[in-house]
Formats: sequence, C-alpha cells, structure tokens
Amino acid sequence: MSDVAVVGVGQTAFTRACGVSIKELCFEAFKEAVEDAGNLQVQDIDGSIVCSAPEYDKQRSPAGAIAEYLGLNPKPTFYVESVCASSTTGIRVAYGLIKSGLNDVVAVVGFQKMSELSSTEVQERMGRGADVMWESPFGLSMPAGYALFARARMQKYGMTEEQMAKVKVKSSKYSVLNPKAIFQREVTLEECLGARAIAAPLKFYDCCSNADGASCIILADADKAKKITDTPVRIIGLGSASDSLSLANKASLTGLKCAVEAARQAYKMAGIQPKDVDVAEVHDCFTIAEIMAYENLGFCKPGEGGKLIESAQTYIDGDMPVNIDGGLLGKGHPIGATGGSQVRTIVVELRGDAGKLQVKGAETGLVHNIGGVGLYGNVTIFSR
Amino acid sequence: MGFEKFGKVNYTSETKVKDFVSHLEKGKIEATQCRVCKTMYFPPRMDCSNCLSIDQMNWKEIDNEWTLLTYTKAHFAPTGFEEDTPYVLAIAESSEGLKTLARLSKEVSEDKVKLGMKLRLVPIKLPHDKTVYEFKLSG
Repeated sequence: MSDVAVVGVGQTAFTRACGVSIKELCFEAFKEAVEDAGNLQVQDIDGSIVCSAPEYDKQRSPAGAIAEYLGLNPKPTFYVESVCASSTTGIRVAYGLIKSGLNDVVAVVGFQKMSELSSTEVQERMGRGADVMWESPFGLSMPAGYALFARARMQKYGMTEEQMAKVKVKSSKYSVLNPKAIFQREVTLEECLGARAIAAPLKFYDCCSNADGASCIILADADKAKKITDTPVRIIGLGSASDSLSLANKASLTGLKCAVEAARQAYKMAGIQPKDVDVAEVHDCFTIAEIMAYENLGFCKPGEGGKLIESAQTYIDGDMPVNIDGGLLGKGHPIGATGGSQVRTIVVELRGDAGKLQVKGAETGLVHNIGGVGLYGNVTIFSR
Repeated sequence: MGFEKFGKVNYTSETKVKDFVSHLEKGKIEATQCRVCKTMYFPPRMDCSNCLSIDQMNWKEIDNEWTLLTYTKAHFAPTGFEEDTPYVLAIAESSEGLKTLARLSKEVSEDKVKLGMKLRLVPIKLPHDKTVYEFKLSG
C-alpha cells in the first residue's frame, strides 16, 4: 500500500470576530489549500471531513452546509469531533480512508466561529466541558483544569510561574512574525508575571484566546500526490489516545498520559526517536500545557520541561524548536481549526517555505494536538 | 428526577444514583460497592466497569480521610458561578484510594493550604433547597 501525503494547506487569519458566516470562513481556507496544491481541481477531491466543536455552531450538522458551499457534492462528507483535537482526528480518519483505498484525495476542513455566541454563552459551554454530573457542579473551567496540573507540578518538580511565563514570552516573539496570529504584540516576562490571576497559578498571559478561524488540509494517496504537487509532505507516524474526562480520575496530575501514549504510537510507526524531530507544533492552550508537552513527547525527561524553556532550546535556533509560529497562545485557538493550523505550519516548514520563521534544514516535523484537559491526544509525524 | 438538587448548577436530573442526594441531605457521604467483584466507586455508580454487572451495587459510607493532591484558586468562573469567585477547587485521594474533585471550604485560609494536607468531605446546604459536598480540614 502506498503512503499518504499532504498536498495542500490553507488557513484564514485567526481573529476575535471574523464578521462572516462559517461557510465563508471555511471557503477562504479551502481556496488557499486547493491553490496551494497546484495541480488540483475541486472535482479531484473525492471526500471531505469537517471538524469543529458543535456546541458553538448554530448550524445543525455543519458538514452538509460546508460541503455544499465548497462545491464538494455529491462526494461523501461527514463530521468529526474531539473538541480541540478535532481536525487532527479528521486527518487520522482521512489517512485511514486513503490507506484503505476508499478515497484518493480528502479535504479536512476545521473551523470555529466562537464569536457566534455571547461571552456568557461561551462560558456556559466551557462549564459543560467537564464531567457535567460530578465536576461541572463545582464550577470547573478549562483554565482551572490545567491549573490543577500546574500546582501539582510546582510541588513535585519545583516548576515555577516564571518558567510558565517564559513560554508566553517565546510565543509572542514569534506570533508578531505570523500575520495570521491574533496576538500581535511582544510581551515581557514582567508583564506576564504581573498579570491578573485567572485560575492560580495561571494568569492572563498563561491562557490562549478564543478566536474565529478555519484551516484546510488536503491529503492524497502518495502516487496521486506526486502528480498534484512537487512538494508532497508524507505522514509517517500517527498516534491517538484518550484519558478520563473527570479530572479526579486522570492517570497523572503532572503530565498528560494521552499525549505520552499517542507519542509512543507515532514514534513507533515512524521508526524515529524524539531527537530526530526537527520542528514541533504542540498544543499550548496554556503555558503549562507546552511545558508538559516537552516531557510527554520525550524532548526532555519528566520534570525537566521548565528547565527546557529556560535553556531557550525550544526557540527557532535551539536544538528543538517548538511553536515557532506563535502556537495557540500567539495565534488564538478556534477549537476545530487549531489542529489543521498546526499541520499547516509543519508542512510549510518541511517544504522550506516558512520565510522568517523557517527552521533551517527541517526534514521531520511533529504535531501534538490535545482535546479537552488531556482528554483526547493526537500526535502526527510528517516527513519531507 | 432527584439529582438536580446536587450542586449550584447541575445538568443531570435522571440517574440511577439519585439516592446519593437524599443520603447527602441526611449527612451521609456514600460510595457504591459492587456485590459481584467488590470494586468501590466514588463518585458512586450503579454499573460496574470492572465486571460489567448492572444494578448490583450496595451503598457504603466512605472512610472520609482524604489527602490533598492539587488545587487551584479560580478567579474566573463558568456561567452560574460568577458570584462565588474566587473559590478553591481541589482534588484529593481517600484512604480507600478513591479520588474526587470538590471545592475547598472558604473557612480554610489560603496560607494553611498545602499539598498532602488531610481533609474530610462534608455535606453542605445551598440556597434553593440544593446540596453539595466540600472539603474541610480533617479533625
């Protein structure tokens, strides 16, 4: 069986309020991906997968509405959801469809228009992201969930608030160079440490922003891919895992076990070690999440993530560049679009087309995309 | 119906463990234990994921000795909890090896909070005839 490759990538700018409909938002990312692919007609796409977190949508069953607007009828389309990891779950499903021979070319469209709802409505949905029976009734939010991990790590490993703040300082250094990022200002360590508390020890700049945005990744069978583009980027490893929804039952409170397991599977399939990764996109919905990702992906030992950010080795010229497009902290986090945006960055890096944000000579890239508070974990590895 | 009385904001009314609430109103905090394989559950459940038995559970009062594993002080709340901020959310593990999340009582001053400290779970009454449990200092 032949390989599966990414042939086209597209992404809208991530913004506070896009001012257009979800169909129009997706069209912009789709057009960019089709044109990016080069020698590809819309009718060559023989299936589409649409990914978002449905509780933010007014449209029931968005896949139908979006496939029609993109001109993808009568080809099959369906919807995939794993909250913040939705679009890399879509990519995993597309990989299976292509590998099995059921499809040759699949478009994975991820989107979220969080401004569709009022902030009260968004906060109500955030409350329901926890186990609604036994944990939501206490007033649990996403930042509080990650803050529980941060506190446990401060005790066990001596991780500091300053180390977490340094993740945001790095993020803002790169998001100002990414025109599609929501956060266009460099912040200082002092600003981060002095910001108001959201869920202690997490403060304002430890948290990513809600955003509107869409992404599109077009995948093809490797033989077809060579005819579509001169620069196909192969998927060489996929891993996926889950952990408990309830925070009390997490396998660990100092790392995300679903990420550890997904990474183990992906490295095994790709036949590589963590040191072989040249550039990585990790799910930094909060600064603490990036520090845990360093460890869970094997970029450093458990407990040493805080020291890794201090060493500056995850900057663009370091040994292990991470989130050099600004990450979620810098780009904003339109839930269903985020995984596709991470993949787009890695594909552009491996093609050598990332301009000011190019990691020199990058050949192998990794995407770590997490849904919920360590609930769903997807790790995907790409190679030139 | 019955479970909607648990917690300030609740999304579940129908459940096979609704009696948990009436036990809580009587001051008892009860787990369930499977009669078939003896697995204990807290929060309680009537379906056993260990042996796949259904409705083979006995209610069992917990030992109520908990150790604080982690906590956060929430300054930002989901809809319905805004007036409560700031409040402390905690995860603790019991002497039986059960783990749960609940708020830490506002009676516990912040400088006293330390991971590893001993806690007990206490039923409390909320406005509008609602009830919930929270962690307090042990002893």
